[in-house]
Amino acid sequence: MKKFFEKFSIHFILIAVSLLSIFPFIWLISTSLKGPDENIFAYPPTIIPTDFTWANYSGVWDKVDFIGYFINSMIVAGGTVILNLILSAMAGYPLARMEFKGKKIAFFSILATIMIPFQVIMLPVYLITLKLHLVDSVNNLAGYIGLIMPFAVSAFGIFLMRQAFLGIPREMEEAAIVDGCSVWQLFTKVLIPMVKPSLAVLAVFTFIGSWGEFLWPSIVLTKEAMYTLPVGVNNLQGMFSSNWRFIAAGSILSTIPILIFFLAMQRYFISGENEGAVKG
Amino acid sequence: MFKYYGKYAPYLFLLPAGIVLLIFFFIPFFQTFVLSFQDYSYDIYHPAWIGLKNYIELFHNPIFYKVLWNTFIYLFVAVPILAISPLFIAILINQKIRGVTLYKILIYLPVIVSIVVAAIAFKWLYADQGILNYIVTYMGLESIGWLTDPKWALYSVILVTIWKGIGYYMIIYLAALMSVPKELYEACDIDGASFFRKHMTVTIPHIMPTIALVTTISAISAMKVFAEIYVMTKGGPLNSSKTIVYYIYERAFENLDLGYASAMAVVLLIIVMAFSLINIFCFERNKYQL
Repeated sequence: MKKFFEKFSIHFILIAVSLLSIFPFIWLISTSLKGPDENIFAYPPTIIPTDFTWANYSGVWDKVDFIGYFINSMIVAGGTVILNLILSAMAGYPLARMEFKGKKIAFFSILATIMIPFQVIMLPVYLITLKLHLVDSVNNLAGYIGLIMPFAVSAFGIFLMRQAFLGIPREMEEAAIVDGCSVWQLFTKVLIPMVKPSLAVLAVFTFIGSWGEFLWPSIVLTKEAMYTLPVGVNNLQGMFSSNWRFIAAGSILSTIPILIFFLAMQRYFISGENEGAVKG
Repeated sequence: MFKYYGKYAPYLFLLPAGIVLLIFFFIPFFQTFVLSFQDYSYDIYHPAWIGLKNYIELFHNPIFYKVLWNTFIYLFVAVPILAISPLFIAILINQKIRGVTLYKILIYLPVIVSIVVAAIAFKWLYADQGILNYIVTYMGLESIGWLTDPKWALYSVILVTIWKGIGYYMIIYLAALMSVPKELYEACDIDGASFFRKHMTVTIPHIMPTIALVTTISAISAMKVFAEIYVMTKGGPLNSSKTIVYYIYERAFENLDLGYASAMAVVLLIIVMAFSLINIFCFERNKYQL
């Protein structure tokens, strides 16, 4: 009986916490499905719409280029992921496996970048990006590059890959070299396939981070056609000032892609194996 | 082991990452200090050297103190809650119960959703005639200007940060809980220790390092909040919800005063560095050893 009571109270609390976690979205979905004949400020509030409609979704879809925002976000997040994988793997390898002059300096310089958040250096980064003409006012490609480059490599990724290379038995390298591999072949053909699990972790978390990035694109972007999803969604507030039905519908629409990604990749996030892998 | 690589190989491997870090990290890092001694407000391409004037002005600016104060309130409110409540939830999830994966997914959901969408969702909850005020008035209290009353705005924004962070720290705690030896719990059960007692004497001491880690990383991320404020209040009303990163953004990109904003960035750097150093040297040492 005591056991039953204990389990019951645990479930009770966890259900309450889960509901609090999703309630803001539930309320947003509810509002997005309410038609013009229903007062969205009604007291008492109704969760289930009485004047149910999909019209807010089609309305906001017609006025806002969600496909465009989605493509921009995909290009930026995709580019960021690819560059992070390549650059982190390449930099992690010598730090794990080679002896060379200046290794300590390289190691600690990279470590130092963890301590300094982007927010501290973003103003000079902005000036440099302007100087290099990597902004959307030059052309779209330059705009994309400008969105990607400040996040093209991270100390987190380099250390993650270094850790992965450290875990490979040295005999693997010796065997490959004896068989006549060059260093580059050894790296691409032998070692990279062995660190695939770490590359996957890095890809998933870099993608999530890049997809949600808001500060940098809201600084550099000038053209609406270049907006990524977070910037575009924030812009809904200005476009539909007090039309909360549209704002709600647009916010929910913009969330669908990342929701699918999360559910497909959930084990990376909630298994606890990659503890501390995302930036806080 | 024989040395199978050429003299230049390590440098060639490091080069691409090195170039990116040089251009987008190290140069900007030093330039932040340089900018803080310059005045950009007249001509962005030809700044004037003004020595310590930005710093002097900064330390005579009452808004700056207000902003620092707000940032510290952010820390003092958000960090303890983010260090404790996810641990409590993680302990509950770690019991042998059904539906663990579903609970984890639902509680983690706020972490994954864009902060902009989260902030919009809360802005809607906080509306003057919104659902939270309905609850408040239903309980017989006067409705609250969640985002429009200077007394409340900062705390309303902090709540969003907390709500969005809980799932993230819960997962970190869950990973740590796995490492607590099961025998200790069994011993507790044999001794007939209560649920509460069991966790106070076994769990908490065991995962103390993780609690400390969560404290510092949540402190660092509380120092960096931007989107919540940008989307919900723009720092208002009357600067009541303005914190340091938002103020840097505002001075730099709305007032186009990059020098002044850089002086603030230097102040932010000093505060964040303190937390980061604690973090790296005390809690994540093993991760970053050469």
